[in-house]
Amino acid sequence: MALSKQEVLKVGTLSRIRLTEAEVEKFGTQLSAILGYVDKLRELDTRNVEPLAHALPIHNVLRPDEPRPSLTPEEALGGAPEAAGDFFRVPRVLDEGTSA
Amino acid sequence: MTAELVPTIGLEVHMHLATRSKMFCGCRVAYDARPNSLVCPVCLGMPGVLPVMNKLAVELSVRMALALNCTIPDFAKWDRKHYYYPDLPKNYQISQYDQPLGINGYLDVETPAGTRRIGITRVHLEEDAGKLMHAEHGNYSIVDLNRTGTPLLEVVSEPDVRGAEEARLYAETLRQLAVYLGISYCNMQLGQMRCEPNVSLRIGAGPDGKPLYTPISELKNLNSFRSVERAVTFEIARHRQEYLADPGNYTLAKQGKSTRGWRDDEGISFLQRSKEEAHDYRYLPEPDLVPFVPERAWVEELRKNLPELPRARRERYIKMGLSEETADMLLAEAFVANFWDVFHETLEHHQGAGKWPIKRVLELANNWTLQDVRRALNEKTIDAPSLHAEFAKQLADLVVLVETGVINRNTGAEVFNKMIKAKLDLNPKSAAEIVKEENLAQTSDSSAIEAFVDQALAANAKAVEDYRGGKKASFGRLMGEAMKASGGKANPQLVKEILLKKLGG
Ligand SMILES: [Zn+2]
Repeated sequence: MALSKQEVLKVGTLSRIRLTEAEVEKFGTQLSAILGYVDKLRELDTRNVEPLAHALPIHNVLRPDEPRPSLTPEEALGGAPEAAGDFFRVPRVLDEGTSA
Repeated sequence: MTAELVPTIGLEVHMHLATRSKMFCGCRVAYDARPNSLVCPVCLGMPGVLPVMNKLAVELSVRMALALNCTIPDFAKWDRKHYYYPDLPKNYQISQYDQPLGINGYLDVETPAGTRRIGITRVHLEEDAGKLMHAEHGNYSIVDLNRTGTPLLEVVSEPDVRGAEEARLYAETLRQLAVYLGISYCNMQLGQMRCEPNVSLRIGAGPDGKPLYTPISELKNLNSFRSVERAVTFEIARHRQEYLADPGNYTLAKQGKSTRGWRDDEGISFLQRSKEEAHDYRYLPEPDLVPFVPERAWVEELRKNLPELPRARRERYIKMGLSEETADMLLAEAFVANFWDVFHETLEHHQGAGKWPIKRVLELANNWTLQDVRRALNEKTIDAPSLHAEFAKQLADLVVLVETGVINRNTGAEVFNKMIKAKLDLNPKSAAEIVKEENLAQTSDSSAIEAFVDQALAANAKAVEDYRGGKKASFGRLMGEAMKASGGKANPQLVKEILLKKLGG
């Protein structure tokens, strides 16, 4: 199953990656190969198989609600490309908030 | 074409759960901490970390789902919801997509038009994002990730709400329930509760008989009940106007859903994102978290332990003779109402109902300050509700000791403080135990009291002279001295009588 150029560009946009013509070509081929592999799996009859939510056969791994020490702001910001005081500094964002 | 346009509103309400730590890591949840001081590799989204579910957060969510009459499915799982925004360091939010903790419930809401039953589609748990702010100067924004990973409960209603006032009442009722059950503190200024109404108008029916609607607008992040009502009022009027101007085009089928913000100062909504720019969240199962499979017995235990819910309890209080105002005060939080119930019951039990008129019991409860008790025990409100029941009983026992003259009022206050201290030291003691251990019982033996009075008179000849000379204020001084001589334990009424007799007044 080959991906169209539009589809490759959309995936690029969703991932915030700007792609060159050559990259559209290259990633289009690679992504299509992955989808081809998934298509192969699709040939299996899974009508009577429950979808798997998780690869491990365990559930309910919980921790008690007990606070533990956090990093210091200095440590937290240590790896950031840019900081402003105690804050991470990022390019100006105009859109007023995305949902949580 | 019919001109009847029926508002069709659903609400998504987000609440911060009342946990001490975050959803998937041990960072503390707090609102006044230094920026980026409550973060760790897990909530910063560092590679290779492993999130682990907060047990209390899951429990509170299921409790809320049960209180909303939801079905608790046998299987819940976590999903990643992808979007790029600087307040979300992982570039995805852990949420629940198709298998949430609770489904198919309802909430009854009192409205001027009677009780309205609003369907609850689902209750699911997710994590909050951080806070993005715009720098005053300079072309950049700043991010504080302390809030990132705070447990966030989302309650999604069916589009059953029919007006702006009803939308506000629904949100208020939901808040009361959540605060009452200790699910969330719902402080809206702190962002602990946020409302997002979805507004549309039903236009009538299409040729196939199915209802037709105006496009849905989702109003984002309203953080007061007033703005919920105002924004929905505005939006209904706007939809009406747009539809009447262009009935053929202003439909859900043609324009879909858009996201709108609300400018509270101007009282207008504005377009944030149209359908074309809608997010493509690319949900996928979260591989780092295992599913949650609630045990039936555990769910039933939580159901059984739900307190009497606010509506029923309010009715009972009003029948009991309390004013609506008092009832609402007691119902602000379940543990205050529990406290009241146990307190009231203990007093009634002591001497029979007739002996304690409701007004007197309320007065006593207020005198022995519900407020103080609340403050002193605030730390333990969520995880130990039984503590309060036990303490309320002990406090009622203390009131009985005072009211029946075993100890005097001042000693009572002293014992109260000792009880609080003992409780906080995790070595709780009953009032009777403290009175006995410290030998605080009031002396009503008149010969003993006479001795204390004599002692006071002998030591304060000047005050006695003043009193006899007409300076009645000296009586208080002599009274105080006699009480002091008794170590504060004399029955003040008897001291007064004996003192008056001896002074010949
Ligand atoms: Zn953390």
